[in-house]
Amino acid sequence: MARWFFPYGGKAGASPMRGAPALAAQRLAVRYPAAVQPALRDVTITVPVGTRLALVGPNGAGKSTLLKAAAGLLPIAEGQLTICGLPPGQCPHLVAYLAQRGEVDWHFPISVRRLVVTGRYPHLGWLRSPSREDWRKADAALERLGIRDLAERQIGELSGGQQQRALLARALAQEAELLLLDEPLNAIDAATRAVVSDLLSDLKREGKTVIVATHELDRLQADFDDALFLLDGRVIGRGLADYQQKADAVLNGWLRVTA
Amino acid sequence: MAARYRMNLLDWILAPFQYGFMRTAALAGALVGATCALLGVYVVLRRMAFIGDALAHTVLPGLVIAYLNRWNMTAGALVAGVITALGIGWLSRRREIREDTAIGIAFTGMFALGVLLMSAARSFRDFSHMLFGYIIGVTDDQLRLFAALAAVIVVVLGLLHKELELTSFDPLHAQAIGLRPDRLRYVLLLLMALAVVGAIQAVGVVLTSALLIVPAAAASLLTNRLPVMMALAVLIAVLASLIGLLISYHLDVASGAAIVLTCIAAFLLAWAVRAVRERHKPASENHT
Repeated sequence: MARWFFPYGGKAGASPMRGAPALAAQRLAVRYPAAVQPALRDVTITVPVGTRLALVGPNGAGKSTLLKAAAGLLPIAEGQLTICGLPPGQCPHLVAYLAQRGEVDWHFPISVRRLVVTGRYPHLGWLRSPSREDWRKADAALERLGIRDLAERQIGELSGGQQQRALLARALAQEAELLLLDEPLNAIDAATRAVVSDLLSDLKREGKTVIVATHELDRLQADFDDALFLLDGRVIGRGLADYQQKADAVLNGWLRVTA
Repeated sequence: MAARYRMNLLDWILAPFQYGFMRTAALAGALVGATCALLGVYVVLRRMAFIGDALAHTVLPGLVIAYLNRWNMTAGALVAGVITALGIGWLSRRREIREDTAIGIAFTGMFALGVLLMSAARSFRDFSHMLFGYIIGVTDDQLRLFAALAAVIVVVLGLLHKELELTSFDPLHAQAIGLRPDRLRYVLLLLMALAVVGAIQAVGVVLTSALLIVPAAAASLLTNRLPVMMALAVLIAVLASLIGLLISYHLDVASGAAIVLTCIAAFLLAWAVRAVRERHKPASENHT
């Protein structure tokens, strides 16, 4: 019954196609349900497995839209989008989506540790509680982000940077192959910034694919392998090589205003 | 002196329960209060208080129609409650009109319809039982039904605990891992409809949302752990139902109102406890 009501859990997801890129989009357009104009259009991009890709652009450029579409949260209006060779949303246990911090109700009575263990839910599915192994993985993720000592705090008691770390810990605990991170660098402290940098290079070493929406240009070349520049829902540039020019030419004004 | 006082208090508590109707009423009150409080924690945390109130009020025409046709009134309430729950779930997914406005329209409209139908029948004693409850009129059959409804609610909340919890504080993540927050919301609405049916018998249509909201709100002031909050809410609701019933018996006042006011007293007490606790909190912990 439950399976019919809403499939969920590791066994419900399809297995990824071998050798397929982590994300492939062809002339992709995405529209929010109530909107007339697509928030993203004509995006063609292939992201090979193991890449750290930065999505760069001002607010409203379409970064979040692309991530949401990849997580299967928005319908595709035109074109094609595949995740590990499958339609978005088909293998939720392999894709960790980290929303902007404001999407979570931080007043909710739940501990940091329990928030992180929700990353294990796609592996559990209906009616199964987290096992000792799941809790161990949650604790390991907390340790890795340096907030193990905050594990029993209520989530609202954390600072902004600590909340961001808790969400990243959850994404890690999920043990996904593709991580979609929406503005994890927005308004965080220097210590958290350093932790995120280390994490990105660790994930690279583990062969994971990471796509990060950001409007911060400071550490682009150090933290990422590739970048996609977006403006007004369109791709306006690709690659890190001449990002300075792209940034200067088109984005700079926007970024100064919005960053 | 102290011993005599204690005897009197014990007598005050126990004497009413020599009557069978008081024992049934106490059981019904505790059962209905506990179920509403348990579910009420979600109602409070998900800011569904207004929906809870609306759900209770829209049940009125169902009750009245069942009463006028001499059908089972509990069944009438159940059907009306389930239809309302589905309707609210449907309304909240549409965008033509704001959800709270739509619910406000449906809720007052259905309530007015109930009043209209009842005024045509001109039976104001029975009508006031619907509006303000008649817990000492609970029959053994009704008690068994309340127990069954409570069991359904407890089992569903238990089985879906981790999913309900997750969709309550992070619906986007829930959706990203393949859950359907809108459908889980339907589940909660249906459970609320079941809980409301019992609560209406205890405290009436008008005061039912108090049982959903007040004990849970009191508990939410005392802890920031969900399971503890649920346990406290249930405890507060059960105690308030029993104390309210006793007050109503001894002072000869309306039982529904006495139960609700006892819940409110518990809420104020919780508020005071929290205020005292905040004051004694070391300054170093107030970093947010």
